Amino acid sequence: MGSECSSVVAEELHVLAVDDCLVDRKVIERLLKISSCKVTAVESGTRALQYLGLDGEKSSVGFDGLKVNLIMTDYSMPGMTGYELLKKIKSSSNLREIPVVIMSSEKVLARIDRCLEEGAEEFLVKPVKLSDVKRLRDIILRGDENDEKKGSRKRKLQDLSPTSSLARDLTPLKPASAASKQSRLKRPRLKNTD
Amino acid sequence: MEIVGQLQKQYVDFITSLFREAYLDDQYVQLQKLQDDSNPEFVVEVVSIFFEDSEKLLNDLASSLQQQVVDFKKVDGYVHQFKGSSSSVGAQRVKNACVDFKNFCEEKNLDGCLRFLNLVKQEFYLVKNKLETLLRLEQQILQAGGMVPPLE
Repeated sequence: MGSECSSVVAEELHVLAVDDCLVDRKVIERLLKISSCKVTAVESGTRALQYLGLDGEKSSVGFDGLKVNLIMTDYSMPGMTGYELLKKIKSSSNLREIPVVIMSSEKVLARIDRCLEEGAEEFLVKPVKLSDVKRLRDIILRGDENDEKKGSRKRKLQDLSPTSSLARDLTPLKPASAASKQSRLKRPRLKNTD
Repeated sequence: MEIVGQLQKQYVDFITSLFREAYLDDQYVQLQKLQDDSNPEFVVEVVSIFFEDSEKLLNDLASSLQQQVVDFKKVDGYVHQFKGSSSSVGAQRVKNACVDFKNFCEEKNLDGCLRFLNLVKQEFYLVKNKLETLLRLEQQILQAGGMVPPLE
């Protein structure tokens, strides 16, 4: 896996986008293309797993020859949720290194936590903006540069830059849950440099 | 050109009122930013998909609320979809109506659901009308040889 990852810096990122809503698929596709990414957009977790070769039907090696560098999935989908898709990907030895980003219109902290704990790279609040995608792209590219050194799975919280949709929506903090939110936001980010 | 100037002013006045009256929100501006010479029809395409999707959702909502035994989870699912797509195109009033609609779904309040189905329908057709007018204005400006004033 290590030698494959280092090649992404020279090429475009290939992103697999998963969303049951056609409007959202169209928008995320455009956001990604504008950010110089190749995009494959599918409508369900099942389709995503088929594309990734993890549907049990065929071997998990070489889907259509295009390595996927990032998976962006909606959380609430009929059938398999984005969370369930995340779990399946992270429990696959072939696919677990692919960063998975969850997108959701609902900012439920328990949901965010659950996804991050399961290994999601980021949790983006919908509607996703161009700045979110650009930031993601930088994170993924930077991450891939350091992949050889990386031992355990990286887990990063969204940073608190003004462009972060999560940060924007969580501040100002409501008093009742401020303490728990603060401790989550203060959780140290695993640094890229080892 | 006189005509272009007039059309552009009409456009700016109209779209300003749409933002002021919350028919549209910032997400519409974001969509406009994604449109360029390589993809000059992007907004029209997305909005068209939204219109089609929404008609289908409204039908699904109506029939699911007409069942002998209403499956409120199913209804909620449809409203959630509607909320999502309207949010993605910046149709703020539709989205807000969906948020309230969802509450009635959670309460399994049939009366409330029926009322809000009507409201969501109303808001949808209103914004559809406004968007069609807006996009038509854009076309007229372009056909007259002018540029569509950028949003900010």
